[in-house]
Amino acid sequence: MLDEPFASGNSVIHRLDPRFRVMAAIVYSFVVAIVYRFPALGLALAASLSMIGLAGLNPGRVFYRLLLVNGFVALFWVVLPFTAGGEILYQLGPLGIQKRGIVLAAQITLKSNAILMALIALTATMSFATLGHAMNQLKFPEKLVYLLLLTYRYIFVIEQEYKKILRAIKIRGFSPGTSLHCYKTYAYVIGMLFVRASARAERVYQAMRCRGFAGKFYSLAEFDSSRRNYVFTALVTLAAAGILYLEYLPK
Amino acid sequence: MHISEGILSLPVLAAGTAFAAAGTGIGLKRLDPDRIPKTGILAAAFFVASLIHVPIGPSSVHLILNGVVGLILGWAAFPAILVALVLQAVFFQYGGITTLGANTVLMALPAVICYYAFHPLIHKRPAIALTAAFACGMLAVMLSGLLLSGFLVFTGQHFLEVSAMVIAAHIPVMIIEGIITMFCIGFLKKVQPALLR
Repeated sequence: MLDEPFASGNSVIHRLDPRFRVMAAIVYSFVVAIVYRFPALGLALAASLSMIGLAGLNPGRVFYRLLLVNGFVALFWVVLPFTAGGEILYQLGPLGIQKRGIVLAAQITLKSNAILMALIALTATMSFATLGHAMNQLKFPEKLVYLLLLTYRYIFVIEQEYKKILRAIKIRGFSPGTSLHCYKTYAYVIGMLFVRASARAERVYQAMRCRGFAGKFYSLAEFDSSRRNYVFTALVTLAAAGILYLEYLPK
Repeated sequence: MHISEGILSLPVLAAGTAFAAAGTGIGLKRLDPDRIPKTGILAAAFFVASLIHVPIGPSSVHLILNGVVGLILGWAAFPAILVALVLQAVFFQYGGITTLGANTVLMALPAVICYYAFHPLIHKRPAIALTAAFACGMLAVMLSGLLLSGFLVFTGQHFLEVSAMVIAAHIPVMIIEGIITMFCIGFLKKVQPALLR
């Protein structure tokens, strides 16, 4: 379920220190999130595309990922052109297509795709365990990182439990439909999932205690500290500065 | 339920991040280290359960279950939901980095409110407990929908219509979540009441 198609690779981006990548992703995303002018958004899109390029990711797969998440954005294209107000470009029966709505929808589309591409290029190019270790070294709260890694570890186990329960109800002739019986069955499946998850949590915790667990995960990861990281940081900073310059450039 | 990247304005994103950080801080502080494995594994269970698609007429909706999360985890719902959202952002690119705070508040705040409103009631006699569970499931989704549309409207008045649509779309989900939460809590009360302590 949680496959990591972009995590392995040997590109420039893959070889960067994960801590630098996480920080760059956070800062860059916030910079892109606050700009509205089209030249700035264009530069952001170009910068994000070059990150994808530098990471050597399969364009088809990246495009597929983006397509899946553009559903919410599509909603804005359906609604905003008719409701945002302002100058009417084209009359479509009783509905006027308004310029302001088109502009807003276009801004949202560019912005969200630019941010998501940077997110894929910078954070999906490391394994999730590495991300956890990087967060640990970046001084995110210890309990939070521990919770994150533990949740990730157990999603696969819980998913197998879920599939097991699903097979069991199918063998007993369950078929989903819009009925109270169906909802009740799903509710019991979910309840059973929690019961089994908590029983497992109990056993896992006892096993961890037996092995001397004292409330934290130790990260043994040693990250690359070559000059490459600083070059990369400089490039991202330059891109962010360029985007902000185009946004706040006096007309 | 998510807000994608690129929609909300800076003040809304900043407020979302600040509130999420505060809620997560409280949640982590109250979280006894002995309870972390349990919270993590339950967060994994919620992650998996929220991928279940429940049929409704010709279509289907996926469950949110933040009402149940609140009843079982209380304040720990904040870190648990944050963790689930980080996983979804990294693996599916649902949500994202800048909206992480807003999305966490969106789902975790109703969970905590429902914990305070309904947790005392679910140990009462069955009629009261099941009604409370139904209301809990429904209210959690309703509050999430209201917060989502609030975020949109605070970003700009032009999102008024979109946010009205979002609320309308949540009405069937509210009813289904209410029903599922009711049966789920009824089941847990019979099978493992300790989970609801």
